Amino acid sequence: MSAEDLLEKIKVIIREEESVEGADVEKDAAIATEGLSVSYNGRLAVEGVNLKFRSNTITAIIGPSGCGKSTVLRSLNRMNDLVPGARVTGKVLFRGVDIYSKDVDPVFIRSRIGMVFQRPNPFPMSVFDNVAFGLRVNGFKLTKDEMKKRVQEALIKAALWDEVKDRLDAHAYSLSGGQQQRLCIARALAVEPEVLLLDEPTVSLDPISTSKIERLLVAIKHDYTIIIVTHNMQQAARVSDYTAVMMTDENLVGRVTEFGPTKEIFTSPKDQRTEAYISGRVS
Amino acid sequence: MGSLSTHEFLKSVRRRRRADSLFMVVVLSATLVSTLTLIVIFTTLSVESVAFFTHASILEFLTGTKWTVLFAEKHYGILPLLNATVLTSLIAIAVSAPAGIAAAIYLSEYAGPRFRNIAKPVIETLSGVPTVVYGYFALYLVTPNLLRVFWEGISIHNALAVGLMIGILTLPIVVAISDDALKAVPNDLRLAAYSLGSRKIDVVFRVVLPAALSGVVASIILAFARAMGETLIAAIAGGFRPVLSFDPGESMQTMTSYIAQVATGDAPHGTVEYQSLFAVGFLLLLITATLNFIGLRVIRRWEIKY
Amino acid sequence: MGDQILIRDQVDRRRSDLKRWLDRIVPVVLSVGVFFGVTVLAALVVDVVLEGSHRLSLNLITNYPSANPAEAGMRSAILGTIATVGLSAVICIPLSIASAIYLIEYAAGKRWAEVLRYNIANLAGVPSVVFGVVGLGFLVYGLGVGRSVLAGAFTLAILTLPYVTVTCVEAIKTVPEDLKFGAYALGATRFQVVRSIILPRALPMMLTGGILGISRAIGEAAPILVISGLLFIREDPTSLFDRFTVMPLQLFNWISRPQPAFRELSAAGIIVLLLILLALNSLVIYMRYRLYRRLEAT
Repeated sequence: MSAEDLLEKIKVIIREEESVEGADVEKDAAIATEGLSVSYNGRLAVEGVNLKFRSNTITAIIGPSGCGKSTVLRSLNRMNDLVPGARVTGKVLFRGVDIYSKDVDPVFIRSRIGMVFQRPNPFPMSVFDNVAFGLRVNGFKLTKDEMKKRVQEALIKAALWDEVKDRLDAHAYSLSGGQQQRLCIARALAVEPEVLLLDEPTVSLDPISTSKIERLLVAIKHDYTIIIVTHNMQQAARVSDYTAVMMTDENLVGRVTEFGPTKEIFTSPKDQRTEAYISGRVS
Repeated sequence: MGSLSTHEFLKSVRRRRRADSLFMVVVLSATLVSTLTLIVIFTTLSVESVAFFTHASILEFLTGTKWTVLFAEKHYGILPLLNATVLTSLIAIAVSAPAGIAAAIYLSEYAGPRFRNIAKPVIETLSGVPTVVYGYFALYLVTPNLLRVFWEGISIHNALAVGLMIGILTLPIVVAISDDALKAVPNDLRLAAYSLGSRKIDVVFRVVLPAALSGVVASIILAFARAMGETLIAAIAGGFRPVLSFDPGESMQTMTSYIAQVATGDAPHGTVEYQSLFAVGFLLLLITATLNFIGLRVIRRWEIKY
Repeated sequence: MGDQILIRDQVDRRRSDLKRWLDRIVPVVLSVGVFFGVTVLAALVVDVVLEGSHRLSLNLITNYPSANPAEAGMRSAILGTIATVGLSAVICIPLSIASAIYLIEYAAGKRWAEVLRYNIANLAGVPSVVFGVVGLGFLVYGLGVGRSVLAGAFTLAILTLPYVTVTCVEAIKTVPEDLKFGAYALGATRFQVVRSIILPRALPMMLTGGILGISRAIGEAAPILVISGLLFIREDPTSLFDRFTVMPLQLFNWISRPQPAFRELSAAGIIVLLLILLALNSLVIYMRYRLYRRLEAT
């Protein structure tokens, strides 16, 4: 390897580092919140959330249970619309458009912003039909072969193909918990969303399944914007590029106390309470 | 193959939105059928009742003691019918309330889950038996073989047998609602009472039952409302004599059996006999609706409490 | 002073003996409440069987009613019941399913839904004979449908609507929220969620509710009595606008006759009616068992 080549390579690495550490999140935010507040039946749950989620990165939202992490996540694809009594104020900008403005259809938003839930929730149908579900629902006009190919691609991305390729017709419930969760990821990816939201996706899984999912997330992040809610700080440290920390105040209202590149958050937190939380003094 | 462009996505969303809106209109319309029915019930009853009250004053209707609409010389006092309805319903409650509350307490506080799972559906079947069958039972079994043994002078058609059978019919209502109310009492309350050294009997009757009292009362109110509306038993075993009497051994006509009598005969459309159906039906509806309203109110209150 | 304490001790002991005795006897007394109803039911069935079983014959089902009890059957009533109740189920079950879908999936949490729900609860409290009176005034004369199968079926459908709707609501509530949210998160509309997630899962339970509604309608006599009158019908219903009678009304007719032969006949008819209801209820129990097994398996 020549000296020039080496120099070039270092430059590229530095540039890449910069692009992560430089925190120029503003520019290529795929999705961002401005003054987002959510209340349930008049009780404020989270307030004043300003976050910018950058394209092709993984952002983790961490914090103690009950701090409103999931609430924030659910307001990014308007799932809160389905919770009676939920009210969202502030803005969520997706491609620069407020998804809560009147002329935006939540159905469209949800087809572009996928979601994976805490507990695996495959539909009571075959593995194949689970992955094809989103394609059918969204009106993709595909031939049988195209459909097969699309399902296969999604399963490959979700690192499940090798395990299920011989039993695509098997009932989804015959899969293990970890496989079911990866099936749910495949199901979300099949629709080719731009953003993938994951709400504590490994909380009910064993360590091996967890690590499989973490690895697959890192592997696919270049094609998506991934936002993962977790209360497992090691997980956030392992997979995420950026981390937002949420805490509740004395009125149990959740707020973002810290947001930045994951490395900084974990090495030099600015906020005292964040530091206490990260070092394990608060749970 | 290729993916869908944003434009195509939006097009699909719009198309699916239209189907969704159409579907919503369909299911909303179906839901409105219930509301519409309530409106139809009230207007139909009102219109014909207004026609009825051109023949009889409301005052006479509500205070008169003679009901002879089907005779040549007409009197329009509802009291004999109302009295028979209330009397049979009271007899019914005298049966279903004690038996039903006892059964509910037993099932909720004493019985094991297996006994419960068998006993509850069996009691439930009592309300699934067609009322014509209870009418048969009242007329052919209860009166001649049971009541005549103790009470020789009792008439073949009598209010007592009617009330007893309606009591059996309404038993499941009392059991189901009382049982729900007892089950809704938080277990902490029972444990707290036991931890003070109470016996089970004290826990059940001094702690649990008082806590569930409003639900138990509601069950009786709702059973009473159901009893007032029962038709076939009264028509078969109560007789068609509109007399104002408090003797349960006598034959007497309830509001519902009056309606049945008019229906079995021929009351041409537009006659006062025909219109009287609606006036009687309206009064029956007003009374039962009021009772149901009170009963459901009481239930809702304890639902909120726990 | 010491004496007093002793006396109080004795009183206390006597009282606690009483309590202990009561503690044992009270549940026995209470259980009488449970067995009371069951006993009456059993007595009823035994009496009817003793009285009517020897009159059970094919004639009972295939013959028309007759003034001669030896020949009388309930053919027209059975066919009338099938026509009226069948049509009422066709009207009532889809309406109930649709109402339940609207209440749970489209209007959940809204005030408006509470109002609609309250209306349905109120409808359930209307005495059945009042439905008959209103059916007579509104359908038979108001809309000019006549004293027909159609008027009877509509009235029965509305009468059973609240009950079936309630079971449909319960059925929808058994569909896990997880599954619904999973589908919504993929960009499904409510209609798509209803069609592909909710209905496949809730439909069997909804149908059990429908069958219970049917068995209720079969036993209903009062509204049909008002709409159709107490008829002696010797023809099969062939059109929606034919006059008709139903099984419980035929029984009412026989019960009301003074001759003992008709009493036996009515007992036999009751056996037939109860057997039909028993069959329907067994079907529901079997369906529930299957459903339970299926849910266990998944």
